[in-house]
Amino acid sequence: MLSENTARLLKQGAIWGFIVLELIFFSVAGHFLSLSEGAFMDLDNMLLLLKQSAPIGIIALGMTVIMINGNIDLSVGAIFALSAVVLLDSMTWPIFDGLGDWVIPVSWLLALLTGTVLGAVNGLIVWKTGVDAFIVTLGSMLGYRGLVFMYNGEQPTSELNWTLVDFAEAQFLGLHTATWFLLACTLALWLMMNKTVHGRNAYAIGDNCDAAVNAGIRVGPHMLKNFMLIGFLSALSAVVFYSESGSVNPNDGSLYELWAITAVVLGGTKLAGGSGSVISTFGGVIAIQLLRKGLGYIGSDTETVNLVIGLILIAVLYLDRQLNRKGKEELRI
Amino acid sequence: MTKGTPALRLSGIVKTFPGVRALDGVSFDVMPGEVHALLGENGAGKSTLMKTLAGMHQPNEGDIFIEEKKVVMRSPMEAKAKGVVLIHQELSLAEELSAAENIYLGELPTKSFGRVDWATLYDKAGAILKRLNCSFGPKTIVGDLSIANMQMVEIARALTVDAKAVIFDEPTASLTDAEKSVLFDIIRDLKARGVGIVYISHRMDEIFTISDRISVLRDGAYRGTLITRDTNEEEVTKLMIGRSLDLTRNVQPAEMGDVAIAVKGLSCGKLFQDISFEVRSGEVLGFYGLVGAGRTEIAETLFGLRTPSAGQILIDGEVVRINSPVDAIRRGISLVPESRKEQGLVLGMNCKDNMTLPQVGDLTAGPFVSDGAEIAIFDQYRDKLSIKTPGWRQKVGNLSGGNQQKIVIAKWLSMQPKVLIVDEPTRGIDVGSKSEIHSLIRELAKQGYAVIVISSEMPEVLQVSDRIAAMYHGRLMRIFTSQEVTEDNLVQAISGLNSERVA
Repeated sequence: MLSENTARLLKQGAIWGFIVLELIFFSVAGHFLSLSEGAFMDLDNMLLLLKQSAPIGIIALGMTVIMINGNIDLSVGAIFALSAVVLLDSMTWPIFDGLGDWVIPVSWLLALLTGTVLGAVNGLIVWKTGVDAFIVTLGSMLGYRGLVFMYNGEQPTSELNWTLVDFAEAQFLGLHTATWFLLACTLALWLMMNKTVHGRNAYAIGDNCDAAVNAGIRVGPHMLKNFMLIGFLSALSAVVFYSESGSVNPNDGSLYELWAITAVVLGGTKLAGGSGSVISTFGGVIAIQLLRKGLGYIGSDTETVNLVIGLILIAVLYLDRQLNRKGKEELRI
Repeated sequence: MTKGTPALRLSGIVKTFPGVRALDGVSFDVMPGEVHALLGENGAGKSTLMKTLAGMHQPNEGDIFIEEKKVVMRSPMEAKAKGVVLIHQELSLAEELSAAENIYLGELPTKSFGRVDWATLYDKAGAILKRLNCSFGPKTIVGDLSIANMQMVEIARALTVDAKAVIFDEPTASLTDAEKSVLFDIIRDLKARGVGIVYISHRMDEIFTISDRISVLRDGAYRGTLITRDTNEEEVTKLMIGRSLDLTRNVQPAEMGDVAIAVKGLSCGKLFQDISFEVRSGEVLGFYGLVGAGRTEIAETLFGLRTPSAGQILIDGEVVRINSPVDAIRRGISLVPESRKEQGLVLGMNCKDNMTLPQVGDLTAGPFVSDGAEIAIFDQYRDKLSIKTPGWRQKVGNLSGGNQQKIVIAKWLSMQPKVLIVDEPTRGIDVGSKSEIHSLIRELAKQGYAVIVISSEMPEVLQVSDRIAAMYHGRLMRIFTSQEVTEDNLVQAISGLNSERVA
């Protein structure tokens, strides 16, 4: 048996070790296989990688909080799409005609509000009915996606505002706008989970809900807040992404929930709740993006990428289980 | 009794878990056609021994013999195939399935292509249920049965094989007297068929009714075997707790203050009815009764986890409504729950975080939790309750039971409550820490807290309480003062004997 500290270090460091491994592998493999000229660890390439990590990453951060709580949210992809539709469509509404570029913050606000409200609906249902979050958000995933289609049928919703595009493509200190949002969210959520009462309670509820109730924590309202938070973050992710792209298809954001959960789990957060870390999720997001980019770099196609990520996820969970087994007393299945 | 070949024999069993020596060289045997009772306080190692017997644990040292043939049992299945069956304290039935399916779970009779042979299944299961005089048929869904009948299904399971030894682990915990006598008939029937029976319980009356021999475990070690008809309760108790039952209490009536909490006519559906009592600050009121008498439910109602159907709760003479633990905590009521690990502690968190959990919202500096304020509280109460832990970073799951319990108590003390309810204060705690917890409870009363202690252990309730409330079937039978109470009248009260005489 490994000592407890060694095991913990291994677990927390694992995702970063994995990232280093990926970097080495793709640099070496790329040297022999790559069709392109530049090195894999080229600065621009890495900056782009961070930027591309942002949409899933921002959602995955929220998912970490939800999962530490012992819940799950499958509706994030649909919230992402619906918020995007609100963002782009509201910029064309006649009542905002007189605002000029001031329509941008207004639309942002509307989109973020949409996400928060949709999250609140999830949270309220979970709190008041006591139905499992998996079921509730499975339903709302379908429902919210339905709303996206009702809004504009199969047609994409488009609106390109060049001021907005300039903002989204800007680089400050070398990092793209989207990257800054991702980093800011990571920092904010890390502070929340590690330094505030809300974060403390989130871990307590996920680890032992009964004990949390007995300690006088209002579990229902706490969960509501977290669902509102992830709704907000899904909308923020949409705001960051669509400010640049300017066109949303009704199927956009599909499977985002699964990518977000994959990143969270790779980062070592337990599905059962009670433990996990926002920083490790950030690592999980980077690891997935590296894998996608790296496999593309050495010439694999998209299908291979998904297969490899799937295999790695299972391997990681198997290792995690080996590290966490409490001796041989555990039941075998 | 000790002639012939034992149906089951253990010799020198040692079982260790990380940090604990749960069984320390235990030897034990049961003859065919004998009921051998196994006694011991909570944590004495009874359950571990049973799990070892039934193949759920592997002993580190020692051997198991069935009819003097050495065996190794790697799983409950293997144990059952060899003729050793454990009837669990906690029922392990698939509630959605029928009685017959449960009885033959894992070994359903089949026809070709793996189809279940329902006719044979129901026939065989029906025959077994009939033998047990069960009132329900094999097709009954188990979830619809009463607890007692579910237990019959568990027992029926044991009878599907040619059992050489059957182990009953606290079988009467949830049975009524009538159901109990049915169970005893079944045990006598098994006995007549030459099955060796191991009977685990800590109810003296049952053990003296049903057993032939009594063996006692204490602190994981074998302490001796007595022939039931040649011994008495006192001798057994002495063996069990390692000393004679000491009825002199350390109750020096503390200076009592005003009534801190009063309860008038409190009822909660069928759980308990018309409960009235009051507790002064500086006083310990003990609640004693059998499992299911409604004691824990009263505590949960006072703490806002259950909604009373009638009655009033008064704090400092003022009627209060308590709808949630949040209300209770605000009114100064705190609860140290029955199962520490499931309801009291967040095992993955460290000592400090657990201790400050209910009040962490008040320990902030700006938006963030102030580590300094938390550590100050932790240090203060670690010293006050002499909690043994390497430091506040230690995960609470790694502490011993006694220290875990102190963390739960400290959690509430640091919030300066008026009323402290402690449900089973020393469950699963080793003997040494037990007395420490007991003196802590007395000390808290001295400091002016109103304390309610719920316990299933008579010595405990006698030792710590100023007054003792005896519960039976959801009713408060009588409140004894420490002068009035004797072991006899307390036992009578919790068995409902007084009421029948009066009513």
